[in-house]
Amino acid sequence: MTENKGKVVSINGNLVSVRFDGSVSMNEICYVNVDDKKLKSEVIRIRGDIAQIQVYEMTNGIKCGDDVDFTGDMLSAQLGPGLLGQVYDGLQNPLPVLAEQAGWFLERGIYADGLNAEKKWEFTPTAKVGDTLRAGEYFGTVPEGPFTHKIFVPFYLLGSYTIKSIAEKGEYTISETVAVLADERGREIPVSMSFKWPVKRAVKCYSERLAPVETMETKVRLIDSFFPVAKGGTYCTPGPFGAGKTVLQHTTSKYADVDIVIIAACGERAGEVVETLTEFPELTDPKTGRSLMERTIIICNTSSMPVASREASVYTSVTLAEYYRQMGLNVLLLADSTSRWAQALREMSGRLEEIPGEEAFPAYLESYIAAFYERAGYVRLPDGSKGSVTIGGTVSPAGGNFEEPVTQATLKVVGAFHGLSRERSDARKYPAIDPLISWSKYKTVTDPAKSAFCKNILLHGDEIGSMMKVVGEEGTSLEDYIVYLKSEMLDSVYLQQNSFDLIDANSMKERQRYVTDKLVCILGSDYTLEDKDGARSFFNRMRQKFIDWNYTEFMSDAFVKAEAEIDAMYADGQGKAGREAEKLLKDGE
Amino acid sequence: MNKVFNRIESITGNVITVKAEGVRYNELAQINTRFGKSLAQVNKIDGDIVSLQVFAGGQGVSTGDEVRFLGHEMRVSFSEDLLGRIFNGSGEPRDRGPALTDNMQSIGGPSVNPTKRILANRMMRTNIPMIDMFNTLVVSQKLPIFSISGEPYNQLLARIALQAEADVIVLGGMGLKYDDFLYFKEELSNGGALSKTVMFIHTASDPTVECMMIPDMSLAVAEQFALQNKDVLVLLTDMTNFADSMKEIAITQEQVPSNRGYPGDLYSQLASRYEKAVDFDSSGSVTVLAVTTMPGDDVTHPVPDNTGYITEGQYYLKGGRIEPFGSLSRLKQNVNGKTRKDHRALMDAMIRMYSSYKETIEKKNMGFAMTRWDEKLLRYGELFEDRLMDLSVNLTLEQSLDTGWQILAECFEKDETGIKSDLTEEFWPVN
Repeated sequence: MTENKGKVVSINGNLVSVRFDGSVSMNEICYVNVDDKKLKSEVIRIRGDIAQIQVYEMTNGIKCGDDVDFTGDMLSAQLGPGLLGQVYDGLQNPLPVLAEQAGWFLERGIYADGLNAEKKWEFTPTAKVGDTLRAGEYFGTVPEGPFTHKIFVPFYLLGSYTIKSIAEKGEYTISETVAVLADERGREIPVSMSFKWPVKRAVKCYSERLAPVETMETKVRLIDSFFPVAKGGTYCTPGPFGAGKTVLQHTTSKYADVDIVIIAACGERAGEVVETLTEFPELTDPKTGRSLMERTIIICNTSSMPVASREASVYTSVTLAEYYRQMGLNVLLLADSTSRWAQALREMSGRLEEIPGEEAFPAYLESYIAAFYERAGYVRLPDGSKGSVTIGGTVSPAGGNFEEPVTQATLKVVGAFHGLSRERSDARKYPAIDPLISWSKYKTVTDPAKSAFCKNILLHGDEIGSMMKVVGEEGTSLEDYIVYLKSEMLDSVYLQQNSFDLIDANSMKERQRYVTDKLVCILGSDYTLEDKDGARSFFNRMRQKFIDWNYTEFMSDAFVKAEAEIDAMYADGQGKAGREAEKLLKDGE
Repeated sequence: MNKVFNRIESITGNVITVKAEGVRYNELAQINTRFGKSLAQVNKIDGDIVSLQVFAGGQGVSTGDEVRFLGHEMRVSFSEDLLGRIFNGSGEPRDRGPALTDNMQSIGGPSVNPTKRILANRMMRTNIPMIDMFNTLVVSQKLPIFSISGEPYNQLLARIALQAEADVIVLGGMGLKYDDFLYFKEELSNGGALSKTVMFIHTASDPTVECMMIPDMSLAVAEQFALQNKDVLVLLTDMTNFADSMKEIAITQEQVPSNRGYPGDLYSQLASRYEKAVDFDSSGSVTVLAVTTMPGDDVTHPVPDNTGYITEGQYYLKGGRIEPFGSLSRLKQNVNGKTRKDHRALMDAMIRMYSSYKETIEKKNMGFAMTRWDEKLLRYGELFEDRLMDLSVNLTLEQSLDTGWQILAECFEKDETGIKSDLTEEFWPVN
């Protein structure tokens, strides 16, 4: 806290102008004193001796002349053991602690530390006196849930440091000094297990940034086999309301093959957060066998909470993600929804009377969105291990129209696009990702040639389908009609998935590869089918058998049995693999 | 001590500016015009220039009128005495009753801590089959009724007010036609529900600023009742008028519009009202049903569009009926598994058949020949619309389910319904 003070000179919504003396830095945190409360705020523009600040709370009751205290610090997240399993608001206040202090409501001016200061952690030193370390390298570990939490030289320390002393193995709180470091001039710096990092700055304590090559399994077939996401990659999920964006993210947060999931509920419904809070502690993480909550952090700034902290919430969550990446873990950040964040920017921009861009969004919208997604990445750390931050953001375009600025700005910077469509969600198809508009630049878990083959059938089938709407079934040739039936079958047995069924919702890559081979064989074969009725009934029955197969556990007896039934049906239809399918299946072996 | 100023610097629309010091943001003031007193609320302070929006409107305000700052924000009195009363957007009585001033509560208070909410899991019965049976309303849900002007949405709201299983009803009317106001008053008092109702009414001829106060007043009162362990149902009509008032004020104050003239914070403004719907973890609840008229039946219009992103589904009122396809209660899964064991299966089957009926109608209109199956569907569709979809039908959930079985039995054989046979065995009517 500096001694720097100021006085309020104007108030417009949550934008307050302050006349200050001394020096003030951009994005510095300050507190407005109203009655007996201090309201947290951030400097967002400085002109002469006037600083304009956005207040993270409701501004009722502020008057001209009220005192403002500047802190000299930027908005920071507290990093250290104890973050996992927490439920924070956008400013990293733990909501359960606020509930203890203030009861039902989120009263303004009440803040709490992000980490529990009393809790003791079992510290094990991994470096010894005399070792030289740099920021982002670790000197000790503590166990945190299923993970080994590394204790770092704080990221803000520049240059290299020698360990003067280090604590013995034992129990310490996060604020106790566990090591004393000396900088190049011999100045001693005591460090504890936690430190603060400004959320709007990316953590760059890695040796090198690598290309995201390893696929992150989401266990959603449509994503993994057709529009995959890579560890360290980025993807976005735009869709109109009711298309199932949140449901899709919710399932991803349960089944994704990563170590840690951070859920940023940014400007969305509180009820959805309550659902996660009720459900997650009951579920087990298949990887560790422990409660799913132990690998999850929820940052929740729901739609009725103040807009300025909504903007902060995405930065807070990505900072926590980067922190765990530094431990060599794979972290998935799910932001729902980035449009609400963009709207928060728009509201402030309007109050600042900036010249508006398209749909009144500020001109810097694109660069802000790009900077956020660029904080994802697959990196090699100083100790040689690798970690990743994957970012998946939903977008809520006005009127479901993807031409709007936020969707377009996002599409420019992400590596995969999962566009949800109203038609598919109205037809109760889950997931409602439209295979005809979506794309991905990452590697599929299945053989890319086979995925392309299947995608081709979908495209072709869709063309025939729209033609059939005009000329009717009678005007379509049997050959075309069969392609249409094949694409319909592919859609219902592979693209669609039952998110309520434990086995079907959790489709591993081995299974996806196995099933794709079978599909390539079935879809790439010619059959002796007399007429359209015969063809329809053949593929209907085949579809039913395939769906039953989806519900059996991989490689179980039931699985083998269901597969045998499909094979029998195939033989019954006198299926003969076409040239393309034969080649694909042969190459695969 | 209240400071009095009698120099108004500017008057634009409903917004006036006054030179004053020591004024708080959002504070109320009273202004004495030649037409009487009006409240005004501070919505911008720039040095000693204070902007206020005048509740009664700018008409007739003179630069010499007296402005007295009251030192507090907009508040509403809360007690049991509210029940049965009618107020306007300034909180003044619209009926002949006395003004209430005890236990004043601020409106537009902070939002509920998400960790103090519980998962919505109680059904709210309305005895309207299209709601109870097909898109169940859940306690603490927030649902809009999307409608075109001209649809009987206010009649629907009045019926829900009369029949819903709620301890307290709060009715907020925004831009209401005067005859609709009279209709509500009459319906509620004839139905005997007036004694558990509080009304905040802004009619179309009242000043715009008061319209913006209605949702906050209604929800603040609802929240207080909920904290006294009551299940409160808030009915708002029509939120599009509320959004339009915000647009009017924003434009008057020269804010940059974002989409079709609406202010950039439309989403946040709507959300902060709708999110007041809550089930407290050891107290009562607030459920919100709000009419949103869609200009030109366009669901992508900013108001219904933003609303859809906030609420937990929607009821779609079209052609005098609650449409089974456009309507959706996102929370119905939380409750309809524990009502009666045939509820879900029957609901799915009936909707599926109704969608086949719609296809058949299309086929028929295009002049195709009708098969025997088509004839059955046509009969089914007619009975369904007549006995369940019609808005005047009044049945408990159990009666609706029985009616559903009856309709199926009159049109189809058991195995044509696609319902699991153990259910048809148990529920299929015998005659």
